[in-house]
Amino acid sequence: MTKLEKLVGWIDDRFPLTSTWKAHLSEYYAPKNFNFWYFFGSLALLVLVIQIVTGIFLVMNYKPDAALAFASVEYIMRDVPFGWLIRYMHSTGASAFFIVVYLHMMRGLMYGSYRKPRELIWIFGMCIYLALMAEAFMGYLLPWGQMSYWGAQVIVNLFSAVPFVGEELSIWIRGDFVISDATLNRFFSFHVIAVPLVLLGLIVAHIIALHEVGSNNPDGVEIKKHKDANGIPLDGIPFHPYYTVKDIVGVIVFLMVFSAVVFFAPTMGGYFLEDNNFIPADPFKTPPHIAPVWYFTPFYAILRAVPPMFGSQFPGVIAMGVAVVILFFLPWLDQGKVKSIRYRGAIYKTWLTLFVISFVGLGWLGIQPATPTYTLMARILSGVYFAFFFLMPWYTKIDKTKPEPDRVTG
Amino acid sequence: MNAIKKLLMLALFMVPAVALANEGVALDKAHYDIHDQASLQRGAKYFVNYCLNCHSASYMRYNRLHDIGLTDDQIKANLLFAGEKVGETMDTALNKKEAKSFFGATPPDLTVIARSRGADWLYTYLRGFYKDDTRPTGWNNVAFDKVGMPHVLWQLQGVQELEVEKHGEHETHKLVLVKPGTMKPAEYDAMVGDLVNYLVWMGEPVQTKRVTIGIFVLVFLGLFFVVAYYLKKEFWKDVH
Repeated sequence: MTKLEKLVGWIDDRFPLTSTWKAHLSEYYAPKNFNFWYFFGSLALLVLVIQIVTGIFLVMNYKPDAALAFASVEYIMRDVPFGWLIRYMHSTGASAFFIVVYLHMMRGLMYGSYRKPRELIWIFGMCIYLALMAEAFMGYLLPWGQMSYWGAQVIVNLFSAVPFVGEELSIWIRGDFVISDATLNRFFSFHVIAVPLVLLGLIVAHIIALHEVGSNNPDGVEIKKHKDANGIPLDGIPFHPYYTVKDIVGVIVFLMVFSAVVFFAPTMGGYFLEDNNFIPADPFKTPPHIAPVWYFTPFYAILRAVPPMFGSQFPGVIAMGVAVVILFFLPWLDQGKVKSIRYRGAIYKTWLTLFVISFVGLGWLGIQPATPTYTLMARILSGVYFAFFFLMPWYTKIDKTKPEPDRVTG
Repeated sequence: MNAIKKLLMLALFMVPAVALANEGVALDKAHYDIHDQASLQRGAKYFVNYCLNCHSASYMRYNRLHDIGLTDDQIKANLLFAGEKVGETMDTALNKKEAKSFFGATPPDLTVIARSRGADWLYTYLRGFYKDDTRPTGWNNVAFDKVGMPHVLWQLQGVQELEVEKHGEHETHKLVLVKPGTMKPAEYDAMVGDLVNYLVWMGEPVQTKRVTIGIFVLVFLGLFFVVAYYLKKEFWKDVH
């Protein structure tokens, strides 16, 4: 017995080190046929680490004070050694987080990863998505630029559309009658402590639930149905080293794209860092055109597409809320006989394509000013978006599916 | 022949010709090069001499000008007029409250103005002042209607007027130089070009270095990719 083995043995008597390593990595059997779409889970974890580490360094120099916040960000950009790099990594990381999470969710839609027995994985995942939206929204206020300020003003005002208690509710959220120093301080607290804690807990739950039932795969068939004499799935390979070495390749490709943005186009033409946010927040000057950052624009477009009813914006707020919450019910809305798009019929494929078009289209419309043509387009696409979910129990049932294979195909 | 010459002369004096559209002015393209240190140094000189009297650049330290090739001594001798230290930020002596009563608005800080407005807007704006007696300062601007700022550079550029021509339904607006300044139009444009170049650089002094570092990072990742790719292939060759 070497000294290292002795040390590990000593720890194992007191803490499940080896068994945890085995259960989650070296003896966690993942299907061998993961494709391109299966990179985005580990990439989301990578972006989380980037955000936490860069965030720690940003907090060392940032001042959550309405009078100092904007200047402290410029201080980071100019006077803190490599502060610009830390800040650009954090701002690019925010957008990157949503890109990988949207692709990760798209994978789930394509291969039916939310279906039985993975409903809880999906629900934890949706909770992560909600927490991420809160995290991004509150973080965006911190640079205290014009878009930070007015974006927060618009979103918090949505709560004032709630009947009866709306006005009180929005004041309670802001801690003031307008977005102010009080709002900045509480958003800072939520952004750096409360929401990240929730996020970490949810991610642990997401992974534990996944490792309990095992990963889905592009064929949507269960690899646990066929095991060898030792109880190891015939189509499974240990996550470590196979998928760790594979994910490293994905990580490098991702980092190349990420670095290209950070070093060559950190504002991404105004989409990752908006031009107006280089003007300090001014409560007396409303910018002519307020648009949220790109990752919220599909829902923002749905909000604007719904006309006010009875003099209230509340129906739009409800529609926006439903557009997000409906995703939680996906495991039960889908009545298809097969999980994967590979064996679905033409009806589901058409609807999924329409859904992607509506989501991207609404995202684009959410950035544009609301003209009558654009509003009409937003209404049509919102209709498609909701139809995808509300009609799902029906069209997945009548869809002519192909027979699933018994084992995974390459 | 004479007529053609006259037309050409007219065209020359119409520079900068700026078209006004309903949704805003069509911006002239600013040609700038943040690698051109001589241009940046000239721009810094114009900035300190003309802009800094009313505007601040309060996130920009004087000694950051090292990055565009100026030494402490050069900065002290040429750019510091009121006993500031080279490590200080570029503040203005103008009192903010007074400024508001003079101009109707506090002159904005210019450190990151190029990042919010863009180079083309600044280039158009600084060449777009025209005489307008309805304004308290006597000046208006094609890029910024009813601007509070007077035309600080008028002695250099001269005086422009806005000429409106009606063509049936639509109007065309042209800036015409009615009184030449000490600079020829092309010289003035070049000077504004230098100033815009400086403003763009000052908006993010690290931008040239950023791109250089980025190339090294990508080369490193490229090499790392080759290693990782073959490592993956080696591990996966027994998976069928």
